[in-house]
Amino acid sequence: MARVVFPNHLLTFTGGEREVEIAAGNFRQLLEALETRFPGCREALGKAAVAIDGQIYQDAFLEPIEPASEVFFMQRIEGG
Amino acid sequence: MAEAVDFKVIGTSPVRPDGVDKVTGRAQYGADLNLPNQIYGKVLRSPHAHARIKRIDTSRAEAMPGVYAVICGRDFPQAAHGEIGGESGGDVSDLAKNIMARDKVLYHGHAVAAVSARSLRIADEALAAIEVEYEVLEPVLDIDAAMAPDAPLLDENCFTKNLPEKPDKPSNIAAVMQLARGDVDQGFEQADVIVEGEYRIPMAHQGYIEPHACVANTNEAGQSTVWCCTQGHFEFRAMTAKVLNMNVADLKFIASEIGGGFGGKTVVYLEPLAVMLSRKARRPVKMMMSREDVFRATGPTSGTHIKVKVGAKRDGTITAATAWMAYEAGAYAGAPMGPGAMAIFAPYDLENFKVEAYDVLVNKPKVAAYRAPGAPQSMHAMESALDELARKLNMDPIDLRMKNAAEEGTQAPYGPKFPAIGLKKCLEAAKAHPAYSRPLPEGAGRGVAVGFWFNVGMQSSAEVHINENGTVTVVEGNPDIGGSRASMCLMAAETLGVPYEQVRALIGDTESTGFSNVTGGSRTTFATGMAVVRACEDIIAQCRARAAATWGVEEDQVLWEDGQATPAPGVNADIKPLSLADIAANAAKTGGPLLGRASLNAQGAGASFSVNIADLQVDRETGKVDVLAFTAIQDAGRAIHKAYVEGQLQGGAAQGLGWALNEEYIYDAEGVMENAGFLDYRIPVASDLPMIDTQIIEVPNPSHPYGVRGVGETPIVAPLAAAANAVRSATGVRIPDLPMSPPRILAALEAAGV
Amino acid sequence: MSKVQVSTSINGEEVDFLCEPQQTLLDVLRETLSRTGTKEGCGTGDCGACSVLVDGRLVCSCLVLGVEAQGHEITTIEGIATDEGLHPIQQKFLEHAALQCGICTPGLIIATKSLLDRDPNPDETTIRYWLAGNLCRCTGYDKIVRAVQDAAKELAHPA
Repeated sequence: MARVVFPNHLLTFTGGEREVEIAAGNFRQLLEALETRFPGCREALGKAAVAIDGQIYQDAFLEPIEPASEVFFMQRIEGG
Repeated sequence: MAEAVDFKVIGTSPVRPDGVDKVTGRAQYGADLNLPNQIYGKVLRSPHAHARIKRIDTSRAEAMPGVYAVICGRDFPQAAHGEIGGESGGDVSDLAKNIMARDKVLYHGHAVAAVSARSLRIADEALAAIEVEYEVLEPVLDIDAAMAPDAPLLDENCFTKNLPEKPDKPSNIAAVMQLARGDVDQGFEQADVIVEGEYRIPMAHQGYIEPHACVANTNEAGQSTVWCCTQGHFEFRAMTAKVLNMNVADLKFIASEIGGGFGGKTVVYLEPLAVMLSRKARRPVKMMMSREDVFRATGPTSGTHIKVKVGAKRDGTITAATAWMAYEAGAYAGAPMGPGAMAIFAPYDLENFKVEAYDVLVNKPKVAAYRAPGAPQSMHAMESALDELARKLNMDPIDLRMKNAAEEGTQAPYGPKFPAIGLKKCLEAAKAHPAYSRPLPEGAGRGVAVGFWFNVGMQSSAEVHINENGTVTVVEGNPDIGGSRASMCLMAAETLGVPYEQVRALIGDTESTGFSNVTGGSRTTFATGMAVVRACEDIIAQCRARAAATWGVEEDQVLWEDGQATPAPGVNADIKPLSLADIAANAAKTGGPLLGRASLNAQGAGASFSVNIADLQVDRETGKVDVLAFTAIQDAGRAIHKAYVEGQLQGGAAQGLGWALNEEYIYDAEGVMENAGFLDYRIPVASDLPMIDTQIIEVPNPSHPYGVRGVGETPIVAPLAAAANAVRSATGVRIPDLPMSPPRILAALEAAGV
Repeated sequence: MSKVQVSTSINGEEVDFLCEPQQTLLDVLRETLSRTGTKEGCGTGDCGACSVLVDGRLVCSCLVLGVEAQGHEITTIEGIATDEGLHPIQQKFLEHAALQCGICTPGLIIATKSLLDRDPNPDETTIRYWLAGNLCRCTGYDKIVRAVQDAAKELAHPA
């Protein structure tokens, strides 16, 4: 089960849950599993950036998720 | 990843391919195109910081001889709400209203109408003939006023985002953000020493020397070609299409050479107006901002109010840190408080911290990205507080930072664990640098500070064409602001194994190359560079296949070495290697022209850390600060073009020092910026600065074929606090607010009685 | 508004043009004559991007009226290179990576030429003060000053 952590600004979509454990083979499946658990969260989570095992993705989709993976949702980063 | 390393051309500093045109005046920037039959567009701007538009009468202007078209808010389609997308973010409807006010003007200089006319003079006369009736409203001009419970509202429909529940009434706080870990109360209880600080920084502008400019040419079918200076022509096309409700396929954007951007040219201002004016006039319309327009109506970066509290044990271990930060968004939501909040504690391994950030609407221009958006302000606060902490602990400020420094495996405050990063190496290099130990002149002070930027990857495309004589043309889609074409050529030359001089790079328009996100976020050398390397690898694969076909061997029996196909060891020794030129010359017989392609969404942009050392002298009579010496040390992952990496470090240092010492938006009580010109908004000039020493640290980024980390953003972050800490050393007085301009220095010294 | 005829010399060529009395020399160079090598950064004489030489004297062309060019010799960035190739100042700006975006470069090269024409061996302080009217936002001036120092050396002792 991958460990999934949400930042404060996304807690409204998880009913306040900051951390959950989810089984998924890739990021798309993870989002689906989260949508099942927290209906209506997919759009906001899909727009966020995500760090999977330390690697930051602005547009994750099919990135593999391992059972021991750590997945952090975070605000998208821009730049000058 | 290529390991250390006998690179042939990477890390050298050859002359850039676009250089000769830039030193002879041939290079064409935004305002340098003149088309036959061209007319001029100009914008009427609001004289009020906050007002309702009651009526606009354009009839007198429209009737003037030589006037072709007049437009105002009612001529625009109702823009749908929605994300702009790409890296600039924000809301389409806000973007649309920012470039042309509808029912309300929200800052002095806000566009209310535009005209096109035969000459600039006639355009000016036409603007003067437009009648606008305003109902003037009370302006909200700073964070405190905007956050006050009874503050006048900029937007009656603005309900603070990211709260657990939608608030029951609107406010000027567009959004909040929190980051937290551990238990800060417990952390502060464990502290032997606690420091607190409160820091204010006014709005500051990117200050690119080239004002925004464009030429739009629309035909009778409604198809437009737009020439403009932009950090990203693909995203400008997307924004223009959304604001005007146009089909992307009917818009062609050509990026001119660009005279600086620093984030400020990632959003449209003039382009949609020029398209509309040109459509109405059926002629090419050229629009150029004045410097005053640039200051009043294009994105500066946020003014900020930040409070920091840090607790540490006697040995320097930080036990807790908190920050409260409010960022001015300007007229529409979208201040960079998110990255500011995520960056403030990023250099340190903290068990307990809490950050609270606010995006606050004020009657000032809507902010745009500015080099490491949000980080210079927040890290100025933390790095200033750490300087005070080091003093209280009687500890060397570099040692204090080293004690708490993040490294590979440290959980970053914004979530993930850091991969390999160069912070500790930068700190070690700073400690060992002669600039840190050499004696200071009487009355001077030395300050150090750490800088950081996440860096981003995002989407890039590249094509590599092998010409019939074996020369190489690289086509990519990122406007070159600081020499990136040279870096692309270097990476292509290294990968293909050919001399640098054999490669030329160019930037295609939106119809001639694949999509690329903006040049920004320090992504171009990293992400577009990666696309160029992949496209070159595509070429190598094709060359090996063609050599194999030519020799009648299997592909895996062909190697690519030193720019030629060679038989693998043991394969027929009589075969003569085939160079790129040999293969190109025979391309017609082996499958046609050689074209390599790659497109990607680059992941794994490695964070870049820096340490700056500043020696400043303060004139106690006049309050003027002189920069005696400045040393910028930064992890570049791998420097592709060494001189341009140094140039990023030096330029960022100068910009950061300007912000620290002089630059600020100064407003009167009505919300009119009082210093909208380079005479009074004083950016550093040559005589303000010494030579700027650089040291490039190379901790390769494992996600890039040559180890590149972006380097453009980080250099502006640390100079603010390095300067503040140096002034503290020189005077004994902590000046928490920027800029440390002569009046502010004198007032602070007087208040401290020194 | 009736236009005024002006006869002048630009980079050694006789040039006649018509301009409105309020038009700046910069505007005439760029919009009327399409000599766009001279850049506009501010229009108020604060940034130096529009630097040209009028009878050898360094001026901001945004502060000169087109009609004032009557009978004078104007030198712009387009007139610095010769049939033999780049001027040593241009060459040294390239070699030292003294430009990033390049918008200030024409003005800086003109200002440098005017300096070295007067003072072939300026020290660093002199260079920094002479160029203080030319804003550059990209480089921090370090590499520009080094390019000017090297150009002075090259002009004194051509390699």
